[in-house]
Amino acid sequence: MLHIINKSPLSSGTLESCLRMNAAGDILLTEDAVYAATKGNVFEGKLREAMARCKVYVLQPDLEARGLADRLIEGVTSVDHGGFVDLTISNNACQSWL
Amino acid sequence: MKFGIVVNEGPYQHQASDSAYLFAKAAIAKGHEVWRVFFYHDGVNNASKLTEPPQDDRHIVNRWTKLAEEHKVDLVVCVAAALRRGIKEENLAQGFRISGLGQLVEAGTKCDRLVTFGD
Amino acid sequence: MSEGTVKKFMFVNRKAPHGTIYALESLEVVLITAAFDQDVSLVFADDGVYQLKKGQQTKGIETKNFSPTYRALEGYDIEKLYVEKESMEARGLSEEDLLVDVTVLSSAEMGKLMAEQDVVLSF
Repeated sequence: MLHIINKSPLSSGTLESCLRMNAAGDILLTEDAVYAATKGNVFEGKLREAMARCKVYVLQPDLEARGLADRLIEGVTSVDHGGFVDLTISNNACQSWL
Repeated sequence: MKFGIVVNEGPYQHQASDSAYLFAKAAIAKGHEVWRVFFYHDGVNNASKLTEPPQDDRHIVNRWTKLAEEHKVDLVVCVAAALRRGIKEENLAQGFRISGLGQLVEAGTKCDRLVTFGD
Repeated sequence: MSEGTVKKFMFVNRKAPHGTIYALESLEVVLITAAFDQDVSLVFADDGVYQLKKGQQTKGIETKNFSPTYRALEGYDIEKLYVEKESMEARGLSEEDLLVDVTVLSSAEMGKLMAEQDVVLSF
């Protein structure tokens, strides 16, 4: 299952809920969720914990749009929209946490 | 692969429609089929032909129309959600059609993947 | 109205009712999906648990009270209703506060159930 998150963890509990309920599976951070993947944000520790059991991806164009391409946490894989498409295929299904 | 896409937010207010469009374009570029895009909730506002963005901005509605024409994408607007929000045949942009929620379920059953964009 | 293929559809409700229309429009999809003879599960987590709270009275805000519809789901053969325990407890609620019978699952059990689905729609 690919989990797609689009909200900042600093203003929404969505990413936290996803991590609480899902022990495994790929996570893709898009739109305002890309803030979760940047160095120094208060959620960094929780994301790093999750990275021990899940593969975490970030949508690079969304990161660049927000001026944070140089702050990406090591170990988070950046993908473009084509990579997003590939992730929906390599996983058996996907879930957008709206 | 056959993709279904769901758009749950209106244009310009939220990034959902932009993200969905870029996803659809990328899927097509990779040789996949985008079988249907279903517009629900405020997403039905993506189908208004009365939309007039400033000259220097992207035209979200026309962009969907063009994608539908060039790649035979079925753009379906939920009738119940549309009528609630004043989207009707008379202000429906080209390439879109109004139909029931069954079309969303059908996208779920017939497509290999259903990807939702919303808030 | 069977489409031939039966898939596991899960509807994940994580938003409170009334403040936005998502809960109401989600229910509309759920009812249609059941009519297509699909394997339907409903999940209520985070503020979505509030959708099932007993005693909702919307007269004063002049909106439609759709909460009785949850009780009608059984009539559409929608019987798989799941509530995440952590979400329910975090809101000071218990099963007795809910309009309908549900299966309460831990976060881990919920995650496992989600992973088994073919189509997940979240509203």
